Amino acid sequence: MKYFFLVISLALLSFFFYKGLEKDPSIIPSNLIKKEIPDFKLNETKLFPFFEKSDLLESKDLKMVNFFASWCPPCKIEHPNLIKLSEKFPIYGIAKKDSDNRIYNWLKKSGNPFKAIGLDNDGSASINWGVYGLPETFLISGDGKILYKHVGPITKKDLSKIFKILARE
Amino acid sequence: MKLFITIFFLIFNADLSKSVEPDEILENTELEEIAREIGRNLRCLVCQNEDIENSNADIAKDLRLLVRKKLTEGESKKEIISFVHSRYGDFVLFSPPFRYDTLGLWIFPLIFFIFLSYLFFRRKN
Repeated sequence: MKYFFLVISLALLSFFFYKGLEKDPSIIPSNLIKKEIPDFKLNETKLFPFFEKSDLLESKDLKMVNFFASWCPPCKIEHPNLIKLSEKFPIYGIAKKDSDNRIYNWLKKSGNPFKAIGLDNDGSASINWGVYGLPETFLISGDGKILYKHVGPITKKDLSKIFKILARE
Repeated sequence: MKLFITIFFLIFNADLSKSVEPDEILENTELEEIAREIGRNLRCLVCQNEDIENSNADIAKDLRLLVRKKLTEGESKKEIISFVHSRYGDFVLFSPPFRYDTLGLWIFPLIFFIFLSYLFFRRKN
């Protein structure tokens, strides 16, 4: 009995520490999962098709919203995987603090996975979506609910995770 | 003495320097004061444990501007904080809300205190 509390508390402590090891403190869970996509306002580009919230709600298929920028190196890492994903469903791009020309030059060189692109010049659309870094990607269901949010570049490993979620839907 | 004053200013200026940039500051000093208070309650999302008033991260600047824009549009402190909370979740708040899943967080120190006082007074007797 003397050591009972000690052993129990140590066991509990080690359990929490062990669980904590698996977590990445830099990833903040999204508060928008299972909720409808938020309101947002974007600016039009001159060179790409544009989209608004209503466009996301109109099509009853799965879609993705990807926050990116031509100045963001991790976005270049995930780019080939975005192109692969764009063969399965439409990807809508939101470019944060970027310019037409720079996006155009980059996508001309490495391919364009986006069905439509909007500009988030002041970062307010990013805040509405709870985005705090680039790239971030949202998987959206046919009825306009956010199913999953991915923080950071989508790697090959993440692709299979996304396909698993798709299989469930 | 000069050296002392220099060191004094270096140390205390470093502490007082805010990341709020001159072009962000609202002309209305009353609103600016509220904006700073809101900012002190919101955690910067990419820096560990810094509030958005003191952080020079890009997202912190965007949030500072958003807070000020919403204030000038007439929203209250509570509305703005709950908006940011709805987007970024509990992480963004410095003081966690009192809910059933955060109950342990608030109650545990009390239980711990009672438990320790129990041990302490029992030994004495």
